[in-house]
Amino acid sequence: MIDILYFAWVRERIGLAREQVDTQAATVADLVAELRAREERYALAFSDLSALRVAVDQDLTDFDAPLAGVREVAFFPPMTGG
Amino acid sequence: MRIVVQQSPFDLGAEANAFAAGRTDMGAIVTFSGVVRDNPAHPLRQMMIEHYPGMTERALEKIAAEAQARWSLGDVLVIHRYGPMRPGEMIMMVATAAPHRRDAFEAAEYLMDYLKSRAPFWKKEQGADGESWVAAKDEDEDALTRW
Repeated sequence: MIDILYFAWVRERIGLAREQVDTQAATVADLVAELRAREERYALAFSDLSALRVAVDQDLTDFDAPLAGVREVAFFPPMTGG
Repeated sequence: MRIVVQQSPFDLGAEANAFAAGRTDMGAIVTFSGVVRDNPAHPLRQMMIEHYPGMTERALEKIAAEAQARWSLGDVLVIHRYGPMRPGEMIMMVATAAPHRRDAFEAAEYLMDYLKSRAPFWKKEQGADGESWVAAKDEDEDALTRW
Protein backbone atom coordinates (compact mmCIF):
# COMPACT_ATOMS: atom_id res chain seq x y z
CA MET A 1 0.00 0.00 0.00
CA ILE A 2 1.18 3.47 -0.87
CA ASP A 3 -0.20 6.72 0.52
CA ILE A 4 -0.92 9.17 -2.28
CA LEU A 5 -1.25 12.86 -1.46
CA TYR A 6 -2.62 15.62 -3.67
CA PHE A 7 -2.13 19.34 -3.21
CA ALA A 8 -3.52 22.62 -4.57
CA TRP A 9 -5.49 22.27 -7.84
CA VAL A 10 -4.54 18.59 -8.16
CA ARG A 11 -6.37 17.99 -4.86
CA GLU A 12 -9.32 20.04 -6.05
CA ARG A 13 -9.56 18.28 -9.42
CA ILE A 14 -9.40 14.80 -7.91
CA GLY A 15 -11.54 15.78 -4.93
CA LEU A 16 -9.29 14.10 -2.37
CA ALA A 17 -6.36 15.21 -0.20
CA ARG A 18 -5.01 11.67 0.25
CA GLU A 19 -5.82 8.06 -0.37
CA GLN A 20 -4.24 4.63 0.01
CA VAL A 21 -3.61 2.64 -3.11
CA ASP A 22 -2.74 -1.01 -3.48
CA THR A 23 -0.45 -1.00 -6.50
CA GLN A 24 2.27 -3.02 -8.19
CA ALA A 25 3.41 0.00 -10.23
CA ALA A 26 7.19 -0.05 -10.68
CA THR A 27 7.60 3.70 -11.23
CA VAL A 28 5.75 6.94 -10.61
CA ALA A 29 4.85 7.02 -14.31
CA ASP A 30 3.30 3.54 -14.04
CA LEU A 31 1.30 4.70 -11.01
CA VAL A 32 0.10 7.75 -12.95
CA ALA A 33 -1.02 5.48 -15.80
CA GLU A 34 -3.03 3.38 -13.32
CA LEU A 35 -4.65 6.45 -11.79
CA ARG A 36 -5.45 7.97 -15.18
CA ALA A 37 -7.29 4.80 -16.20
CA ARG A 38 -9.51 4.96 -13.12
CA GLU A 39 -11.86 7.89 -13.70
CA GLU A 40 -12.24 11.07 -15.70
CA ARG A 41 -11.24 13.31 -12.77
CA TYR A 42 -7.89 11.51 -12.51
CA ALA A 43 -7.38 11.61 -16.28
CA LEU A 44 -8.05 15.35 -16.14
CA ALA A 45 -5.71 16.00 -13.20
CA PHE A 46 -2.89 14.03 -14.87
CA SER A 47 -3.53 15.18 -18.44
CA ASP A 48 -0.36 17.31 -18.63
CA LEU A 49 2.56 15.96 -16.60
CA SER A 50 4.70 18.97 -17.46
CA ALA A 51 2.32 20.99 -15.23
CA LEU A 52 2.90 18.62 -12.31
CA ARG A 53 5.63 17.88 -9.82
CA VAL A 54 6.08 14.71 -7.79
CA ALA A 55 7.63 13.95 -4.42
CA VAL A 56 8.46 10.43 -3.28
CA ASP A 57 8.75 9.99 0.50
CA GLN A 58 8.83 13.80 0.74
CA ASP A 59 11.72 14.36 -1.67
CA LEU A 60 11.20 15.98 -5.07
CA THR A 61 11.89 13.55 -7.86
CA ASP A 62 11.01 12.66 -11.47
CA PHE A 63 8.20 10.65 -12.98
CA ASP A 64 10.58 7.80 -13.80
CA ALA A 65 11.47 7.33 -10.12
CA PRO A 66 11.10 3.72 -8.87
CA LEU A 67 8.44 2.92 -6.26
CA ALA A 68 10.04 -0.12 -4.57
CA GLY A 69 9.84 0.36 -0.80
CA VAL A 70 8.15 3.75 -1.12
CA ARG A 71 5.50 4.70 1.44
CA GLU A 72 4.30 8.09 0.22
CA VAL A 73 3.90 9.74 -3.19
CA ALA A 74 2.64 13.30 -3.58
CA PHE A 75 1.44 15.10 -6.72
CA PHE A 76 1.18 18.87 -6.96
CA PRO A 77 1.64 21.86 -9.27
CA PRO A 78 4.93 23.82 -9.33
CA MET A 79 5.47 25.39 -5.94
CA THR A 80 4.89 29.05 -5.13
CA GLY A 81 6.50 29.75 -1.78
CA GLY A 82 7.96 32.97 -0.42
CA MET B 1 19.42 27.22 12.16
CA ARG B 2 15.77 27.74 13.06
CA ILE B 3 12.94 26.71 10.74
CA VAL B 4 9.36 27.55 11.69
CA VAL B 5 6.21 26.66 9.73
CA GLN B 6 3.12 28.05 11.42
CA GLN B 7 -0.35 29.38 10.76
CA SER B 8 -0.24 32.27 13.23
CA PRO B 9 1.27 35.70 12.50
CA PHE B 10 4.79 36.53 13.67
CA ASP B 11 6.37 39.75 14.91
CA LEU B 12 9.10 40.73 12.43
CA GLY B 13 10.80 43.15 14.85
CA ALA B 14 10.77 40.74 17.77
CA GLU B 15 12.03 37.90 15.61
CA ALA B 16 14.80 40.03 14.08
CA ASN B 17 15.90 41.28 17.51
CA ALA B 18 15.92 37.78 19.00
CA PHE B 19 17.86 36.52 15.98
CA ALA B 20 20.49 39.25 16.30
CA ALA B 21 20.84 39.05 20.08
CA GLY B 22 23.69 37.37 21.89
CA ARG B 23 26.31 37.30 19.14
CA THR B 24 29.25 39.64 19.05
CA ASP B 25 30.99 38.04 16.06
CA MET B 26 28.34 38.77 13.43
CA GLY B 27 28.88 42.07 11.64
CA ALA B 28 25.87 41.73 9.33
CA ILE B 29 22.23 40.76 9.81
CA VAL B 30 20.00 40.68 6.73
CA THR B 31 16.25 40.19 7.01
CA PHE B 32 13.70 39.82 4.23
CA SER B 33 9.96 39.52 4.69
CA GLY B 34 7.32 38.62 2.12
CA VAL B 35 3.96 40.39 2.37
CA VAL B 36 0.53 39.61 0.88
CA ARG B 37 0.23 42.12 -1.97
CA ASP B 38 -3.12 43.56 -3.02
CA ASN B 39 -3.86 44.23 -6.68
CA PRO B 40 -5.96 47.37 -7.26
CA ALA B 41 -7.23 45.93 -10.58
CA HIS B 42 -8.45 42.75 -8.87
CA PRO B 43 -8.87 43.49 -5.15
CA LEU B 44 -7.75 40.58 -3.02
CA ARG B 45 -9.96 39.44 -0.15
CA GLN B 46 -7.47 36.93 1.15
CA MET B 47 -4.63 34.67 0.18
CA MET B 48 -4.85 31.00 1.19
CA ILE B 49 -1.54 29.20 1.50
CA GLU B 50 -1.45 25.43 1.45
CA HIS B 51 1.62 23.37 2.29
CA TYR B 52 2.83 19.80 2.63
CA PRO B 53 3.38 19.16 6.36
CA GLY B 54 6.57 17.21 6.88
CA MET B 55 8.05 17.82 3.47
CA THR B 56 7.88 21.58 4.00
CA GLU B 57 10.13 21.45 7.05
CA ARG B 58 12.51 19.00 5.36
CA ALA B 59 12.76 21.15 2.24
CA LEU B 60 13.39 24.35 4.22
CA GLU B 61 16.04 22.65 6.37
CA LYS B 62 17.78 21.37 3.25
CA ILE B 63 17.78 24.82 1.63
CA ALA B 64 19.06 26.48 4.82
CA ALA B 65 21.77 23.82 5.25
CA GLU B 66 22.90 24.39 1.65
CA ALA B 67 23.13 28.15 2.33
CA GLN B 68 25.22 27.45 5.43
CA ALA B 69 27.54 25.25 3.37
CA ARG B 70 28.00 27.89 0.66
CA TRP B 71 28.47 31.02 2.72
CA SER B 72 30.16 31.90 5.97
CA LEU B 73 27.08 32.28 8.16
CA GLY B 74 26.58 32.45 11.91
CA ASP B 75 22.91 31.56 11.78
CA VAL B 76 19.84 31.24 9.54
CA LEU B 77 16.18 31.78 10.40
CA VAL B 78 13.19 30.92 8.18
CA ILE B 79 9.59 31.52 9.26
CA HIS B 80 6.84 30.66 6.76
CA ARG B 81 3.10 30.81 7.41
CA TYR B 82 0.24 28.86 5.89
CA GLY B 83 -3.54 29.28 6.01
CA PRO B 84 -5.60 32.39 5.22
CA MET B 85 -3.94 35.84 5.14
CA ARG B 86 -5.19 39.30 4.28
CA PRO B 87 -3.40 41.93 2.16
CA GLY B 88 -0.61 43.56 4.15
CA GLU B 89 -0.03 40.54 6.37
CA MET B 90 3.42 38.99 6.44
CA ILE B 91 3.66 35.59 4.79
CA MET B 92 7.23 34.74 5.67
CA MET B 93 10.66 35.99 6.66
CA VAL B 94 14.24 34.90 6.35
CA ALA B 95 17.17 36.23 8.36
CA THR B 96 20.85 35.57 7.90
CA ALA B 97 23.73 36.49 10.18
CA ALA B 98 27.29 36.62 8.93
CA PRO B 99 30.59 38.22 9.88
CA HIS B 100 30.41 40.26 6.64
CA ARG B 101 27.50 41.70 4.68
CA ARG B 102 28.10 40.07 1.29
CA ASP B 103 27.62 36.60 2.76
CA ALA B 104 24.48 37.69 4.60
CA PHE B 105 22.92 39.34 1.50
CA GLU B 106 23.78 36.56 -0.92
CA ALA B 107 22.63 33.80 1.42
CA ALA B 108 19.31 35.61 1.97
CA GLU B 109 18.79 35.88 -1.80
CA TYR B 110 19.69 32.25 -2.25
CA LEU B 111 17.22 31.22 0.45
CA MET B 112 14.45 33.24 -1.20
CA ASP B 113 15.17 31.91 -4.70
CA TYR B 114 15.04 28.31 -3.53
CA LEU B 115 12.15 28.83 -1.16
CA LYS B 116 10.05 30.18 -4.06
CA SER B 117 10.17 27.08 -6.19
CA ARG B 118 11.55 24.24 -4.03
CA ALA B 119 9.54 24.51 -0.82
CA PRO B 120 6.07 22.89 -1.07
CA PHE B 121 3.78 25.89 -0.66
CA TRP B 122 0.93 26.86 -2.96
CA LYS B 123 -0.91 30.18 -2.97
CA LYS B 124 -4.53 30.72 -3.87
CA GLU B 125 -5.82 34.25 -4.34
CA GLN B 126 -9.43 34.81 -3.32
CA GLY B 127 -11.06 38.03 -4.48
CA ALA B 128 -14.44 39.56 -5.23
CA ASP B 129 -14.30 38.20 -8.77
CA GLY B 130 -13.41 34.62 -7.87
CA GLU B 131 -10.38 32.64 -6.83
CA SER B 132 -7.34 31.24 -8.59
CA TRP B 133 -4.13 29.40 -7.82
CA VAL B 134 -1.02 31.53 -8.29
CA ALA B 135 0.98 30.06 -11.18
CA ALA B 136 4.71 29.52 -10.79
CA LYS B 137 6.73 31.91 -12.96
CA ASP B 138 9.41 30.77 -15.39
CA GLU B 139 11.63 33.55 -14.05
CA ASP B 140 11.48 31.98 -10.57
CA GLU B 141 12.78 28.70 -11.98
CA ASP B 142 15.37 30.58 -14.07
CA ALA B 143 16.57 32.39 -10.94
CA LEU B 144 18.00 29.11 -9.63
CA THR B 145 20.48 28.87 -12.49
CA ARG B 146 22.50 31.79 -11.14
CA TRP B 147 23.54 29.75 -8.11
